[in-house]
Amino acid sequence: MSSRRDFMGMALGGFTALGGIGALMAMKKTWDPLPSVKAAGFTTIDLKDAQENVLVTEKWRGKPIFVLKQSKEMVEKAKKSDELKRLINIGDEYYMVAVGLCTHLGCIPGYDSSKQGFLCACHGGQYDGTAMVTKAPPPRGLDIPPFKIDGTKLVLGEEGPEYKKMLADGTTMKV
Amino acid sequence: MNKELKILGIVAAFTLVLYWGVEPFAHSQMHKHVEGHNFVYDGTADIEEASKDKKEAKKKFWSEVKEIAKLKGDPVAGEATFAMCAGCHMDGATNMGGVTPPSLDHAGAIYDKNFLIALIKDPAMATNVDHKYPNGTMSHPMGSITTMVNTPQDIANVVAYLKAKKAGEVTPKEAFKEACGRCHANRYGKLTQLGEIPKTKSNIKTGQDIDRMKYDQKVATEQNALADYLGKLPPDLSIIYRARSEHFLETLVENPQSQLPGTAMPRTGLNKEGYEKVVEYLAETGDPSAPARAMAGPWVLGFFLLFTILAYLWKQSQWRDLH
Amino acid sequence: MAHFEKAKSLNEWLDQRIGINTLKKVMQSEYWIPKNINFLWAMGMVLAATFGILLVSGIFLLMYYNPSTDLAFDSVNYTIMTEVGYGWLWRHIHGVGASLVFLIIYIHMFTGIYYGSYKKGRELIWISGMLLFVLFSAEAFSGYMLPWGQMSYWAGMVITNLFSGGSLHADGLVEWIRGDYVPAQAFLSRFFMLHVLLMPLAIIGAIVFHFGTLRLPHVNNQDGKEIDFEESARLWKEGTTESRRKSEVIPFSPVFLSKDVFVMGVYFILFFYLVFYHFEFAMDPVNFDPANGLKTPTHIYPEWYFLWSYEILRPFPTDPGLVAFAIAQVIFFTLPFLDMSPNVAPANKRGAFHIWFWLMLIDMLVLTFMGKLPPEGIWSTIGLVAAITFFVLWISLPIITKLEKKL
Ligand code: HEM
Ligand code: FES
Repeated sequence: MSSRRDFMGMALGGFTALGGIGALMAMKKTWDPLPSVKAAGFTTIDLKDAQENVLVTEKWRGKPIFVLKQSKEMVEKAKKSDELKRLINIGDEYYMVAVGLCTHLGCIPGYDSSKQGFLCACHGGQYDGTAMVTKAPPPRGLDIPPFKIDGTKLVLGEEGPEYKKMLADGTTMKV
Repeated sequence: MNKELKILGIVAAFTLVLYWGVEPFAHSQMHKHVEGHNFVYDGTADIEEASKDKKEAKKKFWSEVKEIAKLKGDPVAGEATFAMCAGCHMDGATNMGGVTPPSLDHAGAIYDKNFLIALIKDPAMATNVDHKYPNGTMSHPMGSITTMVNTPQDIANVVAYLKAKKAGEVTPKEAFKEACGRCHANRYGKLTQLGEIPKTKSNIKTGQDIDRMKYDQKVATEQNALADYLGKLPPDLSIIYRARSEHFLETLVENPQSQLPGTAMPRTGLNKEGYEKVVEYLAETGDPSAPARAMAGPWVLGFFLLFTILAYLWKQSQWRDLH
Repeated sequence: MAHFEKAKSLNEWLDQRIGINTLKKVMQSEYWIPKNINFLWAMGMVLAATFGILLVSGIFLLMYYNPSTDLAFDSVNYTIMTEVGYGWLWRHIHGVGASLVFLIIYIHMFTGIYYGSYKKGRELIWISGMLLFVLFSAEAFSGYMLPWGQMSYWAGMVITNLFSGGSLHADGLVEWIRGDYVPAQAFLSRFFMLHVLLMPLAIIGAIVFHFGTLRLPHVNNQDGKEIDFEESARLWKEGTTESRRKSEVIPFSPVFLSKDVFVMGVYFILFFYLVFYHFEFAMDPVNFDPANGLKTPTHIYPEWYFLWSYEILRPFPTDPGLVAFAIAQVIFFTLPFLDMSPNVAPANKRGAFHIWFWLMLIDMLVLTFMGKLPPEGIWSTIGLVAAITFFVLWISLPIITKLEKKL
C-alpha cells in the first residue's frame, strides 16, 4: 500500500468529518428552544392589587413566580438582616418577587404567612419573607427573574436598571 | 469507462423521461390553462364567459367604465363624496350583510383604477359575481352605493381622491389584510378575519383564558356570517403559496370565475403592485425558509462537489494498478 | 473462563473479545467483489446511505411532529417549517430522500433483472430485496399519512378501502385497519407508530438479511461469469502488482468502497441540488391543503413510485382490478422461478429475454405516466393496454426463457 493511497483516503475522511461537524451544528440548532418559546418569555404582572403578607403566584416561562407584598414589620425585619436589597421598591411599598423554585433541586416551597417564611418540603430547605435562604440545603435565596418596572407593573423577562443592579451586586443570579 | 458513461446516459435518460411524465406533463394535462391578462380590468374575460342573456349588459357596463375612466377626476370634490364610503369603510367596522367592509387606507395603491370605477358603479358586476344577485345589485352588501355615488363625474372624483390620498407605502401584510383578510384567515401570520390575534393571558389558577375565548367566539360569529353569505368558509391562506401554482394564484386573483366557475369569491381588483405585495405576504407565511435555503444551498452543494472530487481521486489511487 | 493475554493494542484488545480482525476480514478486506462490475453495483450502498439519511432526518422531524389529527398539519407546516432551526432542511431532505430512494430501488431492481442476478444461488438476495421493496412501500405510505393533508387523508381512505376486497365486502377488516369508520385519530396514531417504529425496525432487519444473503453467492458481474473466488482471492492476497492484475476480484474495502463512495458523491450532488432548489416534485401541492373528510380533491393519485401498480388497478372493474393489483404487488417475488433459463448473463446476450426486459421497463414507464393522468379517453385506453401487456409479459416469461439457448 503506497502512502499516496492512504493520503487520499485520509483526506476524504477528514473532509467528510468537516461536513459532519456542519451537520452537527444544524442539529444543535434544531434542539434549541423555539423562537416562540423565547418570545413568550415576557409576562407583565400588576402589583397594584397585591395584599401584605399574602403570597401571589404568577407564571413566567412556565415557572411559578412568587409575589409577596411586604408588611411594615417585614420591611423592618429585612432592614435589620440587610436584605432590603432583595426587595423591589415601588413608591412606598416593597415587594418580594422571585422564581418560586427552590435553589436546591427545584421543588416549589410553600409559604406560611404566620411564620412569614417558606418551607421546601422536598429536603427541608427554608427561606424568610424576602426569600433569602435561612436553612440548608438550598445554597442561596430564591432567584429573582429579570424585571423592568413600569408604573405599578413589572415586565418579567426584560432587564431594567433595578434588576441590573441586583445582578451586579450579587443579590441574585441570572436565570 | 466509456461503457459506464453509456449506461449512465441510459439511466439518466429514463429518469428524465420518467420525471417529465409524472411532473410537467401530468400537471399540464390535469390543470386547465387560463390566460392571464396582466391585471388589466376591461371586462374582456367577463364578457367572454357570460351567458348569452348577460353578454350585452356586461358589454355596456364595461364600455361605460371606459368612458368614466377618461374623465378627469377632482380629488378635492372626491374627498367630500368619499364621506359616503367612509360611513361603512371605517376603523372598527363590523359585519354588514355577510362581510366586514375593508379598510380603504391603501385602496389607491393596491387596486386598479378601472376596477375602482367599475366597483363604485356596480359592485356585483365589477367583482364578477352578479350571478349571485338575481334580484339586482341592490342586494349586494355594497349595493346601496349605486344610489349614493352614481354620476360619472362623482365616481371619477372619488377614484381620483383614492388614487391621490389613499395611496401611501403599503406593507405586504397590510395589502393582504385589506384585499383578502376579511374573508381569508392566515393563521401562520396570526391573522383572523378580524385582524391581528390579540395577546391575552390565562388565569393562573384555572388555566382559562376568557379574553381569548371571547375573541374566538367573535371570530366564529364572523366566520359563520361569511359562510352563510358565501356558501362556505373561504380557506385559510397560511400555506396556499405551496398548495397552488403561482399561475393559478395570479389568474384566480384577476378573475376568480376563471379558475373556479360559479365561485362566490369576488374579484378583488388588485393591480400588479398590489398583487405582488399580497403574494409576498403569502410567500412569507407559506414558504418562510426560502432565504435560509438560498444561503445554505451553495455551501452544501460546494461541499459535495469537493467531496466527490476527493472521492474520485481516492478511487483513482485505489484502482490504479488493477488492470 | 477462556484465557486472555494482556493486549498490546486497542485492536488486539478488541480482537480478543469480539474477533474484530475476523470481522474486518469477513465484511471488508476479504469480502471479495468482482472487478468486472460497473457503477450500477454501487446502487446497493447508495440505498443504504439514503436509508441512513432518511433515518437521521426523520429523527429530527420527530422532535416536533405531533401525531394528532388537530395538530399534525400545523406541527409540520408551521412549527417545523417556520420555527424549528433547520426544520425545513430535515423536512425537505426527508421528502426528497423518500422519493429518490424509490428511484434508486427501481434502478437497483432493474440492474438485477438485466444481469440475471436473481438466480443460481442468488434467489434469496432477490427475495430479500423484494421484501425490502414491500417494506419501503409500507414505510412510504405510512409516512405519507403523517402531515394529515388532503392527499394523506384521501390516500388513506382509498388504500385502506382496497382491503375490503371488492365484492367480498370485508368492511370489518377495513375498519379494523383504521380503528374507526374513516381515517381519524386512531388511524393516524397507528400509522405514526408503523412509520417511526415498526417499519424502520423491520427494514433494518431486512437490510441485514439482504446483506447476509449476498455473502455466500457473492455479487454477480457484468458478464455473468462464474468466478473462482478462491483462486482469485489467493492471487490478490499474494500482493504483487502482477498477481493482483491477474486476480478477478478486489476486496470490498477499501478498493470497491472507494468507487462506492465516489458514486455516492455524484448521487449526493443530485440529492442536495433537489433538496435546495427543486424539492416541490417530492411534496405534492395538494397535501398542503389540510385534511377535509367532506371534500375529495379534484385529482387524486399516489406518489410517482406507486403509479404503475395503481394504474394496473384502475382500468379494470373493481374485483378483477383488485386481483390484478394484488398480483402486480407480488409478481416480482417470483422472478427467479419464472425465469427458466439456465443462463446467468446480461440481457443483451439472452435473445428474447432482451426484448422482454426493455418491453417490461417501457411498459412500467407507460403505466406510471397513465397512473397520474386523469382516467379519461385515450389515457384510459393506453392504461388498459399497458396493464394487459404487463400480464402478458409475465405469462410469456417462462415460455421464452424455457426456449432460450444455453450459452
Ligand atoms: C433499501 C433497500 C435495499 C438496500 C439497502 C439494498 C442493498 C444492497 C447492497 C448493498 C447490495 C450489494 C451491492 C450491489 O449489487 O448493489 C445489493 C445487491 C442486490 N440487491 Fe439490494 N438493496 C435494497 C433493495 C433491493 C431490492 C428492492 C431488490 C430487488 C427486488 C434488491 C435486489 C438485489 C440484488 C438482486 C442484488 C445482487 C446484485 C448482484 O449480485 O449483482 N435489493 N443490495
Ligand atoms: S429542592 Fe428544596 S430543599 Fe431540596
